[in-house]
Amino acid sequence: MASVIAGKKEKVQLRPGQRRNRRRNVRAALLFISPWILGMLVFTAWPIFYSGYLSLTDYDVINDPTFIGLDNYAQMLQDPKVSLALWNTFIYTVVSVPLQVLISLALALLLLRVGRASGFFRTAFYLPNMTPPVAIGIILLLIFNGHDGLVNEILEVFGIDGPAWTTDPDWIKPGLILMNLWTLGASVIIFLAALHNVPQEMIDSARVDGANSWQVTTRITVPMISGTIFFIFIVNTIASFQTFTEAYTAYFGAGGTTYSTDAALFYVIYLFQQAFEFLHMGYASAMAWLLFVIIMAVTAVQVLISRKLVYYEGGR
Amino acid sequence: MSSTIRSSVFKMGGVAAAVALVATGCATGTGGPEEPEVTSSFPPDAELSGELTVMGFGTSDEIGQTRYDLATEELANVDVSLVEGQLNIQQFLSAVATGEPPQLIYADRNQIGTFASRGAIMPLDKCISGEGIEIDNFLDTAVEQVTFDGKAYGVPEFNQVQVLFANSELLSEANMELSDVDGSDWDRIEAAAEAMVKRENGDLKVIGYDTKLPEFLPLWVHANGGALISEDGRTAQLNSPEVVEALTFASSIYDLQGGFSEVKAYRDSTDFFGAGNQFATGTLGAMPMEQWYINVLNDVSPDAPVTFTTFKSKDGEPFSYSSGSTWAIPAGSSNPEAACRFIKTMTATESWMAAAEARATEREKAGKPFTGLFTANVEADRKIKETFVEDAGAENWNAAIDAAYEANDNGFALPANPADAQFQTAWQDAVNSVLNGQQDPQEALDQAQEKAQSVLDKAWESWESGD
Repeated sequence: MASVIAGKKEKVQLRPGQRRNRRRNVRAALLFISPWILGMLVFTAWPIFYSGYLSLTDYDVINDPTFIGLDNYAQMLQDPKVSLALWNTFIYTVVSVPLQVLISLALALLLLRVGRASGFFRTAFYLPNMTPPVAIGIILLLIFNGHDGLVNEILEVFGIDGPAWTTDPDWIKPGLILMNLWTLGASVIIFLAALHNVPQEMIDSARVDGANSWQVTTRITVPMISGTIFFIFIVNTIASFQTFTEAYTAYFGAGGTTYSTDAALFYVIYLFQQAFEFLHMGYASAMAWLLFVIIMAVTAVQVLISRKLVYYEGGR
Repeated sequence: MSSTIRSSVFKMGGVAAAVALVATGCATGTGGPEEPEVTSSFPPDAELSGELTVMGFGTSDEIGQTRYDLATEELANVDVSLVEGQLNIQQFLSAVATGEPPQLIYADRNQIGTFASRGAIMPLDKCISGEGIEIDNFLDTAVEQVTFDGKAYGVPEFNQVQVLFANSELLSEANMELSDVDGSDWDRIEAAAEAMVKRENGDLKVIGYDTKLPEFLPLWVHANGGALISEDGRTAQLNSPEVVEALTFASSIYDLQGGFSEVKAYRDSTDFFGAGNQFATGTLGAMPMEQWYINVLNDVSPDAPVTFTTFKSKDGEPFSYSSGSTWAIPAGSSNPEAACRFIKTMTATESWMAAAEARATEREKAGKPFTGLFTANVEADRKIKETFVEDAGAENWNAAIDAAYEANDNGFALPANPADAQFQTAWQDAVNSVLNGQQDPQEALDQAQEKAQSVLDKAWESWESGD
């Protein structure tokens, strides 16, 4: 039996009684988590593996799948909408994730200073997360309406003639990115929890040494919560790559309109269209696997970068 | 940490590949979809029992409820249940994939080609002849929409058509007549759009003419003497001169008024279903629109200066782009006999008359006129009009009723084809890319033509190889 201490594997000899206890504990633990394991195997693992198989087939959901090898993957390379949808998703992710992290961190830092009122603000910031994504898609069309939407009304107060956020292809992604900020309450709450864990004595010492608020924030607070920042970054990146409901509701489904725009064609929307509108479930499965590989690759890169930037108390 | 993830990625990929290989070894494949075999003869006097789950139909109004009550009465020993709301394709396909489809579905007519070509629904020829459904009484265009490869796969109901709505005050101010905007003279439409559009301080205040793109491209193409697809549903005609000219004209009307982006933003900001609608507020000159909107306007703004006529082709003939719903029986339905009897009752002339009576009574109680019902059953339409449709109390609303009935009698439809959804996406993408200023009409439609023909060829080939 091996135990891991400070990153090194070391053989530890256990007495026969200890081994029996360990085995009994392992059996009990497995028994307790067996419902979850079963659920994971049936509802997560099997569909993942089965979609891998379906990605090698021509399958319309109604008739049996027919094996076609790697044809779906080859077809993806030829499909201009796949590259367009990937590009849209990539741009959306690259802009929206850092923006969301920065703003939610800034809000959390502000909340840290409001004292007893922070409870109210925590609730207020989190409330939009309770809004169904479909409703957010509809609200987007209302408040970003280029003619008399709330956003343009506010911009007009400052003498700015707002753009046609929902109908001008150049402004559709910016509108969606801004709307995505509607739900950053969850990140704010997580950041706030992390900020509460930054040792006060460290901040006090820095202040005694003459550090101002900016220096305390950038040289102590942010490094101390870098693990949390990394976590939020990864989670939001994955969510951004899978973005679907708001854009689909606003531009591909609401009100029975047939107006849509390629500017909002995100990867999962195109995947959904292939699967459930065109009944190309095999092709959609191949698209899902490509997305899986992309997300894994991006996450792996983020993990590599994090090795130099993220501080873990007590080592990695 | 990174090495752990890297190792997990490789392990996962390996396992996935292994499972995929094992699974592919087990794959059977059918070699293509086949037409489902229909064994029942649907005897009209058979005592029916068992379960009947209907997916996609709701009883949210008296028209649905009255007919549903009659159908359940007819199937007294059958346990009928509804999965209400619009047909959810994911839900339906999941049920089909598990081998337990609903016994009956209520779908859009434009979905029939896709479902039929994949063997998801059964031909209804035996059901229609067995139960004695009088299919000859139905609108030809509606029946064509549910006919695939020579066989009827659905029994249609409801017929949506368009009429031309115009603001009489704005027309008068611009010295224009209703006939100037009814589609028959495109130069006059252009002149009317320019005459009625209003801007203040650079902001659009009145939309002169809304051609209702992308959805009504088929209407403009038909007005121009063209068609998006051949009558047999096999050949796309998206880059034909008639289609290119129609798209060029219909999109240019937006350009005259500040561009589609601005017009759509303004259109979206209005209270479409409320008292602040575009006609009541005088912010729209004219547009073609479905006939159901007549009732909306009559309900929320009966005194609005709105007037109506049929939409017309360049040669002055009235016409409309017909669409609607249909009943279909999924392949593998466990109770097709009950499903067929249900369909017969729901679409029978007597059932429609009962429903119309209920609607007319409700309208009378509300002090509103009954503007008619478009059932896709010609006999029912005629009887309902004769029995229940009366003077609406105002010239413009009477004109609305007349226009809607005339449109209903002069519909055209796109034929069913095995790639309905992809074909529609192809031409709509082309229209959207023109409206968004990304392509010119010829370029967009050339690209759409190539895509559409490719999906049609593939879908027909797949269907025929499974025969």
